[in-house]
Amino acid sequence: MYEFDWSSIPGALPFLWDGMKISLVITAQAVLIGIVWGTLLAMMRLSSIKPLSWFAAGYVNLFRAVPLVMVLLWFFLIVPEFVGQLFNIPKGTDLRLSSAMAGFALFEAAYYSEIIRAGIQSVPKGQIAASYALGMTYGQAMRLVVLPQAFRNMVPLLLTQGIILFQDTSLVYVSALADFFGAAYKVGDRDGRLVEMLLFAGAVYFVICFAASQLVKRLQKKYHPA
Amino acid sequence: MGYQWNWGVFAQPSATGDDTYFGWMLAGFKMTIGLSLSAWVIALLLGALVGVLRTVPNRVLAGIATAYVELFRNIPLLVQLFIWYFVLPELLPASIGDVYKQSNPVLQQFLASMVCLGLFTSARVAEQVRSGINSLPRGQKNAGLALGFTLPQTYRFVMLPMAFRLVVPPLTSEFLNIFKNSAVCSTIGLLELAAQGRQLVDYTAQPYESFIAVTLAYILINVTVMTLMHKFEKRIAVPGYIGGK
Repeated sequence: MYEFDWSSIPGALPFLWDGMKISLVITAQAVLIGIVWGTLLAMMRLSSIKPLSWFAAGYVNLFRAVPLVMVLLWFFLIVPEFVGQLFNIPKGTDLRLSSAMAGFALFEAAYYSEIIRAGIQSVPKGQIAASYALGMTYGQAMRLVVLPQAFRNMVPLLLTQGIILFQDTSLVYVSALADFFGAAYKVGDRDGRLVEMLLFAGAVYFVICFAASQLVKRLQKKYHPA
Repeated sequence: MGYQWNWGVFAQPSATGDDTYFGWMLAGFKMTIGLSLSAWVIALLLGALVGVLRTVPNRVLAGIATAYVELFRNIPLLVQLFIWYFVLPELLPASIGDVYKQSNPVLQQFLASMVCLGLFTSARVAEQVRSGINSLPRGQKNAGLALGFTLPQTYRFVMLPMAFRLVVPPLTSEFLNIFKNSAVCSTIGLLELAAQGRQLVDYTAQPYESFIAVTLAYILINVTVMTLMHKFEKRIAVPGYIGGK
């Protein structure tokens, strides 16, 4: 029978916490970019200007057809070299980490855009007509009437996607970014205590994600009592 | 830019000499399909069972099913995979663990990946099955019971035949996800499509061609599955419902 030895965890906590901070930064950054860029994509997709709507549809469908692992590998192995040559960035500069983070955000934006598009479409059409009747421009109608209502409806879904995204950050493992999972793996590998560290990492993710999803459920009941 | 495009690289014999680089891609493609389909069978069977259990009046059974779903939904897939692959064999009784550890490494990678993907997806399938059952009008269950069916009979003859047809469209997106999620299994060394892509970059020094080919292969899988499932959805749609005849 396997004999557990958890003694390497306490000493490794500061290192693991550094990793957790990286995971949280990647999550926050991707949620922010994802919502902003996702909103723009959703508006393009619903726009009457055909090329904009084609671009948005192509972007979203492409990113949703390809695994996140593949996107991260693209942005880790291929994009840095390409961008470096394009902008004549000196060879030694390490673009790989910022590139992997950008790729992650661009990927998540495709998923956010689908949520936001559904949110915009859930606002009754009469609202836009009323805004126009009041003399608002398209931009004003979107900003002042449609989007505030759409976002209010979407809050639980956006937060749930945020939890999924936090779990997805563990995949930056393929790009050698030392996030929480990467840190846990390294410690376990170094101390020959992979079993304990992996179980510990799983437990930490579970506690965080479970607590967050219970909070979202409460929020949902508060805003939309069934 | 000084990049030399060379699509002919796929026809060249591979570094190990027994295959072409296209053969490597094809092997990865087959592995991704085989892994995803076998995991999907596990996900459907377990997911249907757990989803049904979540709706039964028995609190113990429903509680166990809820715990199952929460456990698999709140731990990242990568962490689950590493636990299946690195942790579980250590925790097995030594006699079984040793047999497993001495077996073919590819078999170990495949088994861990299949079980991991299957259980991970089964929790999502269970949620869809549960919401399908809950979306049925309550009168159906009551009518079944009023006609003298027992609860299992009501499920078997009244509720499930409807619910399973209603959940097909949402399950399509889970089916697509399982192919995409299978790429995570490249991290434990299973030579599926994404891993072959990485290997092609290392061996051919043609990164663009390699990654474009692998990405197109994923898009091909995606489009094929969507087309097939769309046909299936149309055949199985319930008349009178949105999307029905």
